[in-house]
Amino acid sequence: MRIKTISRSVDEFTRERSQDLQRVFHNFDPSLRPMEKAVEYQRALTAAKLEKIFARPFVGAMDGHRDGISCMAKNPNYLKGIFSASMDGDIRLWDIATRRTVCQFPGHQGAVRGLTVSTDGNVLVSCGIDSTVRLWNVPRPSLEDSDLSSEKSAEPSAVYVCKNALLAVDHQFEGELFATSGAQIDIWNHNRSQPVHSFKPGNDSVISVRFNPGEPDILAVSSNDRRMIIYDIRMSSAAREIRMQTKTNSIAWNPMEPMNFTGANEDGNCYSFDGRKNEEAKCVHKDHVSAVMDIDFSPTGREFVTGSYDRSVRIFPYNGGHSREIYHTKRMQRVFCVKYSSDATYVISGSDDTNLRLWKAKASEQLGVILPREQKKHEYNEAVKNRYKHLPEIKRIVRHRHLPKPIYKAIAESRAVNNAKKRKDDRRKASSAPGTIVTKPLRTRRIINEREVE
Amino acid sequence: MEVALEDNNLMEKVVLTPDEQEMDVELEAKEKKYLRGEGANLETLKDKKLKTQLASREKLYGKSAKAAAKIEKWLLPASAGYLETDGLEKTWRIKQTDIAKEVDILSSRNQYDIVLPDFGPYKLDFTASGRHMLAGGRKGHLALVDMMNMNLIKEIQVRETVRDVAFLHNDQFFAAAQKKYAYIYGRDGTELHCLKERGPVARLRFLKNHFLLASVNKIGQLHYQDVTYGDMVASIRTGKGRTDVMEVNPYNGVVALGHSGGTVTMWKPTSQAPLVQMQCHPGPVSSLAFHPNGHLMATSGKERKVKIWDLRKFEEVQTIHGFHAKTLSFSQKGLLAAGTGSFVQVLGDSSGAYSRYMSHSMVKGYQIEKVMFRPYEDVLGIGHSMGWSSVLIPGSGEPNFDSWVANPFETSKQRREKEVHLLLDKLPPETIMLDPSKIGAMRPSRRKEKPTRGEVEAEKEVAIEAAKSVEMKKKTKGRNKPSKRTKKKKELVENVKRTFPEQEHSAAGKKRRIGGEDDAAAELPACLKRFARTN
Repeated sequence: MRIKTISRSVDEFTRERSQDLQRVFHNFDPSLRPMEKAVEYQRALTAAKLEKIFARPFVGAMDGHRDGISCMAKNPNYLKGIFSASMDGDIRLWDIATRRTVCQFPGHQGAVRGLTVSTDGNVLVSCGIDSTVRLWNVPRPSLEDSDLSSEKSAEPSAVYVCKNALLAVDHQFEGELFATSGAQIDIWNHNRSQPVHSFKPGNDSVISVRFNPGEPDILAVSSNDRRMIIYDIRMSSAAREIRMQTKTNSIAWNPMEPMNFTGANEDGNCYSFDGRKNEEAKCVHKDHVSAVMDIDFSPTGREFVTGSYDRSVRIFPYNGGHSREIYHTKRMQRVFCVKYSSDATYVISGSDDTNLRLWKAKASEQLGVILPREQKKHEYNEAVKNRYKHLPEIKRIVRHRHLPKPIYKAIAESRAVNNAKKRKDDRRKASSAPGTIVTKPLRTRRIINEREVE
Repeated sequence: MEVALEDNNLMEKVVLTPDEQEMDVELEAKEKKYLRGEGANLETLKDKKLKTQLASREKLYGKSAKAAAKIEKWLLPASAGYLETDGLEKTWRIKQTDIAKEVDILSSRNQYDIVLPDFGPYKLDFTASGRHMLAGGRKGHLALVDMMNMNLIKEIQVRETVRDVAFLHNDQFFAAAQKKYAYIYGRDGTELHCLKERGPVARLRFLKNHFLLASVNKIGQLHYQDVTYGDMVASIRTGKGRTDVMEVNPYNGVVALGHSGGTVTMWKPTSQAPLVQMQCHPGPVSSLAFHPNGHLMATSGKERKVKIWDLRKFEEVQTIHGFHAKTLSFSQKGLLAAGTGSFVQVLGDSSGAYSRYMSHSMVKGYQIEKVMFRPYEDVLGIGHSMGWSSVLIPGSGEPNFDSWVANPFETSKQRREKEVHLLLDKLPPETIMLDPSKIGAMRPSRRKEKPTRGEVEAEKEVAIEAAKSVEMKKKTKGRNKPSKRTKKKKELVENVKRTFPEQEHSAAGKKRRIGGEDDAAAELPACLKRFARTN
């Protein structure tokens, strides 16, 4: 007879000294865990509710400007600082941690329309409607800066004058050139007082400029005649252009997929394009009710933030049609510029009410140092919530956002209008011969034409 | 012989030994368990983005199932017990005294008889980890025992009849069904609550995941109470009379009652009607037990049969003749213990069907009241009229526990943490259903096609046949005239036909429109006649 029974000795299963860790044993057999799906669902529900409880996205506001903020620039080498410029010519460098101005750059007469920093973080380039381009030396952050009372001010290292008012500026990623735009597009070198190249896309002014992060010589501009044009600065004319039904206020390239760019359009939508294939938009991001003024991608390339004329800031996934988050305050007026911080944690919005606001990118994120057990629990909560987020009870909680009344009403109205239009179109289609009426998808509907210029 | 060939080009051809192949097969079998069912069928999806996302997720599930299978094979600290005989010896002839000689000292401490002749037949309950045991004697003796070191933690004498005892979520609280009401006690013996609403309770069971204390009382009412905040979630009048056979299915939280008519009914707190009613025995059901995997149920009736039922199809799988079991219990590994009189039989399903594995007969006068397997140990606890005993049944317990599910070596800090986590994971009573895997699943789309004309005709024929074949009652005293009988039959058939009228009308209407345009034109008022549709 062979016999064996379970016999557990206490030493094997308990700790020897009180300084030791407690022993943990795992058995992943599903038969030991009855009703595991129901328990998981319950945990997902709790996780969704906790996320809402901890959602406090607003971190703080930086005030100091005396007029509405027109543009911002982020320093690629210094995470804590951000540049902002206002409509009265005031340029400031802010320290985000203390939310105070570190340095001021006075000098522009009139609104500053464009602000950009060189890749090594030493030179700040600004341009304004007083037709000047000014180059500034960015002060290095040092220990003396901890003295909060001092606010330095710097002198421009160079001032270049042009013929017309300038509307935008952007710096090349890995080079020495920067581009300004106004009546035409000029490519400048830091040391030359005259532009190196010039491009004239048409008779209308060019309102925004962006260099490609992957290819240093590719440039995307948007002009007032509703075109988005891609230039290669080594060639003498445009490479491609897309004409839409409404003008694009701002363009941003995806830093992780540099062939794709997204344009923030005047009709409230953002259109993502593949730079190589422009016949149709890759994705249409719809949620704003008024013109989208600015757009910036997260360094992960997975999300982008948009600021709109309807007083809200939205965060969209790079491939999703609807926003995942909306930020608004009673005090925040028209948002003219937004930036996603380089560590993908914060979103900074500059608005008409002279304040820069700092928001968390993930509203319920716990900032600061997180213990590994806490981190695991957050990850588990996130994963279990994503598993069941399509079910009605959890979907209701996860999707719920409080909208300001004007936006809520505008959305309801546009929904009613769109439904009526759709009904009419469906009836027209149903009562006509099949094949005569073809509905174009939204991705192509808003593009008037596109061409590749040789 | 194993040969590892290397092709010049790309692939390495490895031929496995039979041992390795066996291991692969074994691992695959284990993997299946961890996969928890079939993967989703992604071929029907048209959305490419969703398809790729789901495909990557399915791959991840496969990987984690493989890892879990490997852990089970190599990393688990203990292996299951067994009892094997060689030659002509039969396992059911082996006595506990023979076993005692062969096992080590720790196991032999688990074989004992505690004789308490004064306090009546004892009912037992174990906590989920098997560490604590609660023994309740009919004459009012309640004893809370720590099984690891055989400490008597607390014993109280309530001086009243105690019909049943049950632990709540851990060893800190227990409930006793006493003469008039049920009471909840703390670990130190203080009476915490008197549950007056329930009346004289016959059986008490605790649903762990839902924190519901279920009880059936002498009138046959079923009560569910949430013990976290005391609300009575449901009180159901079963309508089947008095019963004291009640068990909880651990797989789905459903409560099953065995009635004196031989029916077993299954209940959930959110409905007043039973989920299932099964006719199990011709006579009263004397006891009931559920297999931990939730698919098998054992019932025994007074006609000396023990039947094993499959709960997925509600069909009888096996009948075991010969004895009438007053109490039944399944172990974690699927062994079935049945107690009758002073004899316990343990049946095992190693050969597919349940057959005799071991047996234990006690002293003639000891009437067995309850048998219950101790979780995570190879021990069977027997409560009888002269106290309680414990015998060794190798191969009945799960050898490897999971610290996060049930830890027999819990410290008080771990116990407190676990209580908080249990409360956070408490399920609402609406989640009790026959098939718990439906939670989180999508409802199939309601786009049921309207039945075609042929189908409707077929249904109609079937219904008419059924109406025609109904047996008419033979009336007496001159009321059984043939004319009246035929009239009645016709009426029945007419009633059935009347339930299918709409099909005829709409179908006929459609025919009219398609067939005759002129008719359509004729229907329009005169001023609109020129707009009538012409081909």
